[in-house]
Order: sequence, then structure tokens, then C-alpha cells
Amino acid sequence: MGNVLLQYATVLVLTIFVGTEIIAKVPSILHTPLMSGSNAIHGVILVGSILILGAANTNLEMVLGFLAVILGTLNVVGGFVVTDRMLEMFKAKPKTAKPKSDEVAE
Amino acid sequence: MSRETLIDLIYLISATTFLVALKGLGSPKHARRGNMVAASGMLLAVVATFFKYVDGHSLHHVWLILLGIFIGAVVAVPVARFVKMTAMPQLVAIFNGVGGGAAALVSITEFVHIKSTHPATYVTLEVLLGVLIGTVSFSGSAIAFAKLQELMTGRPVTYPGQQIINGVVGVGALVLIVTILVNGSTPLLWILLALAFVLGIAFVLPIGGADVPVLISLLNAFTGLAVAASGFTLGSNLLIVAGTLVGASGILLTRLMSAAMGRSLSNVLFSAFGSNITASGATTREDGRSVRSGTPEDIAVLLSYSSRVVIIPGYGLAVAQGQHVLRELAEVLEGKGIEVFYAIHPVAGRMPGHMNVLLAEANVPYEQLKEMDEANSELQTADVALVVGANDTVNPAAMDDKTSPIYGMPIIRADLAENVIFLKRSMRPGFAGIENELLYNPKTLLVFGDAKDTLTKVVAAVKAS
Repeated sequence: MGNVLLQYATVLVLTIFVGTEIIAKVPSILHTPLMSGSNAIHGVILVGSILILGAANTNLEMVLGFLAVILGTLNVVGGFVVTDRMLEMFKAKPKTAKPKSDEVAE
Repeated sequence: MSRETLIDLIYLISATTFLVALKGLGSPKHARRGNMVAASGMLLAVVATFFKYVDGHSLHHVWLILLGIFIGAVVAVPVARFVKMTAMPQLVAIFNGVGGGAAALVSITEFVHIKSTHPATYVTLEVLLGVLIGTVSFSGSAIAFAKLQELMTGRPVTYPGQQIINGVVGVGALVLIVTILVNGSTPLLWILLALAFVLGIAFVLPIGGADVPVLISLLNAFTGLAVAASGFTLGSNLLIVAGTLVGASGILLTRLMSAAMGRSLSNVLFSAFGSNITASGATTREDGRSVRSGTPEDIAVLLSYSSRVVIIPGYGLAVAQGQHVLRELAEVLEGKGIEVFYAIHPVAGRMPGHMNVLLAEANVPYEQLKEMDEANSELQTADVALVVGANDTVNPAAMDDKTSPIYGMPIIRADLAENVIFLKRSMRPGFAGIENELLYNPKTLLVFGDAKDTLTKVVAAVKAS
């Protein structure tokens, strides 16, 4: 197995905890952007796609790698653009004159 | 510093930007900036990857890679920019699916690539997990997309022996994994791929339209895990961190969503919820009970003489495209000094938090959107609960009828308000096909018709009064 695997496992376990902590704090009003944003983040598979296409030796590897690059790009580009479009719409009230009393009660 | 170290450092920066983005989602104020930061981090990582060495040489097929990215971007940008907000869930489903597909392809290609070197068993296991989970996510998302886009029925698809067949397919996949682990056969890998594809479809078919939001969240987690598995295979911390983050967030969200419906995750996934209820529940009770129905003008009067109005929107509002008129109504009422806010049920809409996005699109300020618990404590003192296009999420049967399929689901307590107004298209029960007692309550006023038309008339009447 070797130390490398153990090192990856360490990263995995720590990330689970950090991720859960951060995500638990996201209010439900932002759950759709959260889903869409995390969707964009797993588009990082594009990096893996580039690496395998860059290392391809046979035609089969090239075809599969090329497909992976296209799919990965769709994921990452689409994900970020959609998330941005959603978040753009979340605006505060234009006039901040009237502070709401019931917000203090939270 | 060597080239590889520098690239790894850049990857570390990218991984950090992903965390910053998720943290930014803690408040609507910083969320957009966070997303930009993550997008920049992603761009950085992709650019840096072009300078990496693989198998001791610099990247081959650079033009092919660039062509692939170009094709992907040219398709993704217009689709993401111009799809309507109500169609957002299926869009997320499809982008999620292609990510899962990419992860599966990366794992397979890597296996083909390293096979001659006789990889260690654990490497093969990582590959197989990547292929299995990624492919299930891909085909499952495709079916979820078809259900949401109404290319196929949104009802649970069931057939005799379904559980058994799914079980056989699942066990078959496991047996294949073990066999491949032992003999490293590539042909068997293709069979596993096919089987995983079927498994994803079979897994999603029996899940009803109302439960698809939970499903997408789960499939999102699957893709994340598949990416993490690819990260193990390729030895990339960046992929492991990003994939795991998404996996954790997806699983957490999935659990929150099931809890918001008062059901366990396994109930959501395996019970084909809604298939038998609709058969019995669709027959409206013929016990001659009457409902009180009114006109838009009645509502206008009621609203004008209130001091606190709580609006409870449901997906029916979005279907009628009535968000903008609703916001106009709220503004007119506020102009008269009436306090207005929106009570949002966590599962209103077609994905978690969907209703918030739809209202935000209609320029409703997010301070006016209240989560269920907060809204419920304020509903007791509300004069009017205005229910627009919602039904199951305000159904008191969830609290006091143990035989009801939605028993145990937390609801918005519209019944606590002094008056309840329902804007409904018809007496037809909601998505889950369950009768709503609140409709027959003496303090409830029903207005039938298209939500947008009705709201337009109400706005005019309120303005006139």
C-alpha cells in the first residue's frame, strides 16, 4: 500500500470534516446555489481529463480522453456560469432605511 | 523550486479557493464573490495542468485537449446563460451527469493506460469504484433530467419484480468488481460499465417526481465521490479534496432534504412514494363538504385591512409564472404599511432552496424570505396566510393524521394565521396526491384560477381600494 495511499486517505478524512463543518453553516435559502456551486467544483475532473488525454498512447485512450475533456468542460463551465447567474439575483433590499425589527429576534 | 512542486502549490491554492467559495455561501452577500474566486481557482488549476509532465514527458495532444475544452465551453455557456430559472433543477442534473461521466471515463482510461504495468490491487479498486459510481451518476442524472424535463412521466415507474431485478444487477456489479480485482481483465471492465449504466437507470426509475430534488442532491454527492476516486487513481490531492467536499456536501444536503420531508433516505429512494397513493387519493371525497370560495376583490379587501401578511409560495406559483406579480402585490401592501414576508418550505420547488432562487429572480429582497421555523413562530400573529400554488407543505394532516403518507413532515403552519387564503387552480390534490383538510376549514378562503391572473386582479383591486 505504501505511504502515498495513507497520505491521500489523510487528506480525504480531513476534507470530510472540514467540508461538513462549512456546509452545515449554509442557510437553506442558498441551498440551490450550494448544489450548483458544488456541482461546478466537481468539474475539477477536467484536470484529470486533461492529464489522461495528455498521456494517451493508443487511439482508444485518445477517444475516451477526448470525450472526458468535453464532458469535464461542460460540467465546470456550465456549473460556474449557472451558479453565478443564480447568485447574481440574490439582492438585498435597495433601501436600507427601515431596519426590520423582527431580524433582531433571530 | 521544481516545476512539479510549483504546480502542486498552485493546486493547493485552487483547493483553497473551493473552500472559500463554499464558505462564502454562508451569506447571500459574499456568495457571488466566492463563486468567482472558485472559478478563478479552477482556471488556475486547468492552466497549470498544461505544464505538467506525465510518464516523464510533457502533455501530448495539446491541440486535441484545447479543442475538447473549446467544444465543451461553446455548448455550456449559452445553455447555462439562457435556460429559464424554473428549469434550473434539470440543468444542474445534466451538468452533474456529465461530470460523473467524465469521472468514469478518466478512471477507465487510466486503467487501460496502466494495465500493462500490472497495477496494485488497491489501484484497480479505485478505478472500479470510479467507474461504478461515476457511471451510475451519469445514467441516473440522465433519467432525473428526463423526469424533470417531462420527457417521461414524473410518476414512479414500477414493474413486477423490480426490487429483485435491481438486486440482481447490484450483486452482479459487485461480483464483477471482485472478479476484475482478481484477474485484471479489461473486457470485464466494459461489462461493469454497461451494468453500472443499467443500475443508474434502474435506481432512478422508481423515484417519483416530488422526490427527484433529493435524488439530484444524492447524485451530486455520487459524482463528487467518483471524482475523489479518480483523484486516488491519478494521485491528485486536488481531485481528492474537491471530490470529497462535494461528496460531503451532497450527502449532508440529501439528509437535510429527507428530514424536511419527515422521511428517511431509504424511504425516499426505495418506496416508490406516490405510486399507490395517487391511485386512492385522486378520488376526491364525495361527502359533500363545502369550501368557501371568493373573488380576487374579496382577497384585496382582506389583505388591505391586515397588518401582517405571510405569503407561502409553492411550485404552482412558478408554473403560473406569477412571481413578479406576487412581488408587486407585496410591494403595494408594504406601501400601505402592512408587514409582508414570505415563508419558504425547504422542499418548495423542484430542488433544495429552489423557491428562494425563483423569488430572487423576481427581485424579492432576501431579507423577506423566512425559513420554516422562523416563519412558524410568526404565523400565530399573522392576519393572513396567503398560500399561492402550495398544498402539501401546509397540510395539517402531516401533524395529526397518522395514516397520511406525509405524516411527520414538518409543515408551514398556515393554519395558525387568523385567515387563510388559497390560490389554487382546482380542487385537485397536490403533487403527492393527498387531500388537504385546511381547504375545508371555515377560516379558509379559496380562489380558483390561474395564480398569475388572480394575483394581477388582486393587485389592481388593492390599488383601487
